[in-house]
Amino acid sequence: MAVNPLPFAAAPSHPADLAWMLVATALVLLMTPGLAFFYGGLVRAKNVLNTMMMSLAAVAGGGLAWALAGYSLAFAPGGFVGGLDHLLLAGVGLETRGTIPHLLFFAFQGTFAVITVALVSGALVERLRFGPWLAFTALWTLAVYAPVCHWVWGGGWLARLGALDFAGGTVVHVNAGAAALAAALVLGPRRDRGRQALLPHSVPLVLLGTGLLWFGWFGFNAGSALAADGKAVLAFTATLLAPMATLAVWMALDALRGGRVTAVGAATAIVVGLVAVTPAAGFVSPRGALALGALAALPSYFGLLARARTRLDDSLDVVAAHGLGGVTGALLTGVLASAAWGGTPGLLEGHPDQLLRQAAAVGATLAWSLAGTWLVLRAIAWFAPLRAADRLQSRGLDVELHGEEAYGSGEGAILVLPDPEERASAPALAPLGTATGA
Amino acid sequence: MKLITAIVRPERLNDVLEALFRAQVTGLTLSRVQGHGGETEAVTTYRGVTVKMELVEKVRLEIGVSDPFVDVAIRAILSAARTGEVGDGKIFVVPLERVVRIRTGETDVDAVTPVAPAAAPA
Repeated sequence: MAVNPLPFAAAPSHPADLAWMLVATALVLLMTPGLAFFYGGLVRAKNVLNTMMMSLAAVAGGGLAWALAGYSLAFAPGGFVGGLDHLLLAGVGLETRGTIPHLLFFAFQGTFAVITVALVSGALVERLRFGPWLAFTALWTLAVYAPVCHWVWGGGWLARLGALDFAGGTVVHVNAGAAALAAALVLGPRRDRGRQALLPHSVPLVLLGTGLLWFGWFGFNAGSALAADGKAVLAFTATLLAPMATLAVWMALDALRGGRVTAVGAATAIVVGLVAVTPAAGFVSPRGALALGALAALPSYFGLLARARTRLDDSLDVVAAHGLGGVTGALLTGVLASAAWGGTPGLLEGHPDQLLRQAAAVGATLAWSLAGTWLVLRAIAWFAPLRAADRLQSRGLDVELHGEEAYGSGEGAILVLPDPEERASAPALAPLGTATGA
Repeated sequence: MKLITAIVRPERLNDVLEALFRAQVTGLTLSRVQGHGGETEAVTTYRGVTVKMELVEKVRLEIGVSDPFVDVAIRAILSAARTGEVGDGKIFVVPLERVVRIRTGETDVDAVTPVAPAAAPA
């Protein structure tokens, strides 16, 4: 994806590339349940299943929309958006695209579409009804994600402009961060926001999710080389180094500010580092990745603190982590890009114009995502209310919307048997020992 | 002196505590309990097994108060715990024979009088 859509070739796929991309695709898909744990731990116990289901359901809503139409809008030849050549997966087969089968390229891209819309859920948890969320995952993937994906990776205008986005700093993270901001504003704050402390119910779940996200992110970034080559190694290493630096700076900031290093802070730091290095992974030197990771801690750290003092209920700080982290990463890519390592020189190598291209990509994505997300949610609200009623919010969305409890004791649970008429008409069981079959 | 035992909805707990603290009732014990007071059972389903939760999570507050504070505490709990639907809970008031504050050995009314009015808990 660093490279614009590669010409279709009759040549057979490269076996090493094919094998690596199969693995990378599975790794990226693992990020979505990983995100479910990350978000699930951050909400209250009565809403953990609903929160995790928002991520999981994105696989169905966003993933299906992507397979049926989104992929075509993003990657079929077209203009402002892609055309309809690949509608319903038409023309997506085993022919080679670049050095891997076209179908594998489609699958890899599908996992990106799923995680991107799942990220937005962090701004909407503990109050959005489930039906509108399902509609949102499908509509947002088509109306907001696919066009931006086309501009940057599908040969659209940002690609022609020369904006760098190795693995999705703008397409995935700035896009999801801006969508989170618009969505939190449309939906309004949770009922209890500002009335009581809304604390994470399970920090270990957050850390489990962080581990799964980081692991999957190696597929996300190194897989974006679309080959088992040096570029993949560069991106892989950047994915290792940048979060290290972010984590170190974040823990230092925590220690300086409050005297104590927090676990939720550390988890957030790792995600911020991963977000920030995403656009840069294949374009900066390993030292550049360390610098980028260290710098990226600052805007997100102070963004989180500032957000908590506003009325904006971006519940799990998608704006600060993915929005601010994504913008920082995209801009620093323009600063730190290295011709020797990634083929494109940045500001530090005397090409300030690259920074302007990055800023254009960030600005366009922000504007499109803010407006598009607002429109999608207003459209859904026309058909169904978005917010769960106060009574549902206070009793918890797990029991009310899903009919399940995450941590029920099972005490007092009475089996609901079929009604008597139904039981009478059911065939009686033969007494034990008399059943002879036939 | 009376012992007030209040069973309230967990989701109203924050409001109840706030109302009690505003009314200067600051000494209390809290436990998570399960019970049934005639409310509609929540129906949950796990892989096709449908169950009715006959027991509902509640919070029990136990508050020892001197006589002038009985009505104050009851009013505070009523104002904060009521939603108007079945399952809002109960308040039980029983006489207390004796109260001893372990730290000082003070007894009865002295023992249920807060050390410093509206002192921040811990």
